[in-house]
Amino acid sequence: MKILVCISHVPDTTSKINFTNGDSEFDTNGVQYVINPNDEFGLTRAIWFQEQQGANVTVVNVGGPDTEPTLRKALAIGANEAIRVNATPTDGFFVAKQLAEVIKNGGYDLVIAGKESLDYNGGMVPGMVAGLLGYNFVNSCIELKVDGTAATAAREIDGGKEILSASLPLIIGGQKGLVEEKDLRIPNMRGIMTARTKVLTVLEPVAANVETKAVKFEKPAPKSAVKLFSADDLDGLVSALHNEAKVI
Amino acid sequence: MSILIYAESADGKFKKVAFELASYAKAVAQNMGTSVTAVTINAGEVSELSKYGVDKVLKVNSDKLAGFTAKAYADVIKQAAQKENVKLVLLSSTTDSLYLAPLVAVALEAGFASNVVGLPVSTSPFQVKRHAFSNKAFNVTEISTDVKVLSLGKNSYGVFENASSQTEEDFAPSISDADFGVKVQSVEKSTGKVTIADADIVVSAGRGMKGPENWGIIEDLAATLGAATACSKPVSDLDWRPHGEHVGQTGKPVAANLYVAVGISGAIQHIAGINSSKVKLVINSDPEAPFFKVADYGVVGDLFEIVPKLNEKLKAFKAQNA
Repeated sequence: MKILVCISHVPDTTSKINFTNGDSEFDTNGVQYVINPNDEFGLTRAIWFQEQQGANVTVVNVGGPDTEPTLRKALAIGANEAIRVNATPTDGFFVAKQLAEVIKNGGYDLVIAGKESLDYNGGMVPGMVAGLLGYNFVNSCIELKVDGTAATAAREIDGGKEILSASLPLIIGGQKGLVEEKDLRIPNMRGIMTARTKVLTVLEPVAANVETKAVKFEKPAPKSAVKLFSADDLDGLVSALHNEAKVI
Repeated sequence: MSILIYAESADGKFKKVAFELASYAKAVAQNMGTSVTAVTINAGEVSELSKYGVDKVLKVNSDKLAGFTAKAYADVIKQAAQKENVKLVLLSSTTDSLYLAPLVAVALEAGFASNVVGLPVSTSPFQVKRHAFSNKAFNVTEISTDVKVLSLGKNSYGVFENASSQTEEDFAPSISDADFGVKVQSVEKSTGKVTIADADIVVSAGRGMKGPENWGIIEDLAATLGAATACSKPVSDLDWRPHGEHVGQTGKPVAANLYVAVGISGAIQHIAGINSSKVKLVINSDPEAPFFKVADYGVVGDLFEIVPKLNEKLKAFKAQNA
């Protein structure tokens, strides 16, 4: 089984978010980048398929040369090889177009992407890839098994889960649940060393229509100070929730 | 050139988000001088939509569509959009709608913006404001395609009545077997519990609870408020609570009217996941807990004393205002 894991290179979850150039660009100053957490759950599941079922795992990212350390980290975690599509992503559709091309040419059986990235939160890339290729697609995937060409997946739904079956090739929009937090791997020294010599192919992008663009960013308005109630004045709190906030 | 919404229903009844979406669509339509058309799938009685300004309903009824299938539902919405020649398709942000939205966008060659908050900033060029960076910022996105798809963030606009004289039409799109490559085998759903996605109020608790055996007071408080229960990431990692209750940046997002955080210090990743909630009440013994910086209301003190006491006060309040 050939697996492609799509990796988004995003600011670490603890990053302070600031903007520059008249609030038109994300300020990368002092920002640490990581594998998008939703993608890391998928990568870890893919490595499980590699170890248990002999799958071959390729990771791919659409981004400039500065994103290569993130791909190398994925290789250090255990992916067999990496692809970087050499372009600065303009929107989700652009990324989906590039990934669809890589998938078509690479003949992958299973494609795992995070259901959304933690920077733009577009939540569109895996679905658009599936739409472009006409492949089966499961979003918000929290469990995944593959037997031959048959996959069984669980999808998170409001208040529970739905068990789905589909044949490969299949596109997954993954999240926590594919593996749990405790299953995530920190690259060890041997992994880091071997990652240096693994193949990282750089491809040039294909053309894609510009559908959307981010024109401006804003930070939320500063919050007014919290209203504190003492433990002896819970009546005051209940009254504020009712009369002022009008939420009960 | 009407605006099309997909009015989501479950078991023949509209979800609340369908009314919020209709309210939003009506406001956008009035700004643009057009009308609102809704497509419904096995929704039963559709007249309720007229209260929120829907001018026309395309009713799809089909046994084939009895269970949700993203590709088939996306296909129905696409055909409805083409039949009405719409330029703007609006969807909500339920798990189902977020599943089908990118499929609809690709099928219509439409630019797509998700997590939209508020009315369009401008309609020419078409610009909308949306949440980005996990609620730490907003971003204004311009969509330049002829047809556009938006998904409206949950609880970001509100439900407003605006009665219309609605027409109804049966619509029978062609449904292809190729749309059913992904098949539902079974559904596991807890019944009778308020879900985090649907809840107006969420009561969430963290490590300050000291152990899973102490959760009774949280469940009691949630029951009084008709709220869903949730938890922080450490609590879910420790297996004190089911993983489905984990809310935050890597867990479920919360956009409730009231979010009650008990014994949660307020890590940046937790705040990011719940920050779309309108009102935040924080109960914590540490006055320096970062959560107080983003809270609207707070009580500093021993949660094991405060939570049961607050529950009694709320019960008395509910009894009085019943």
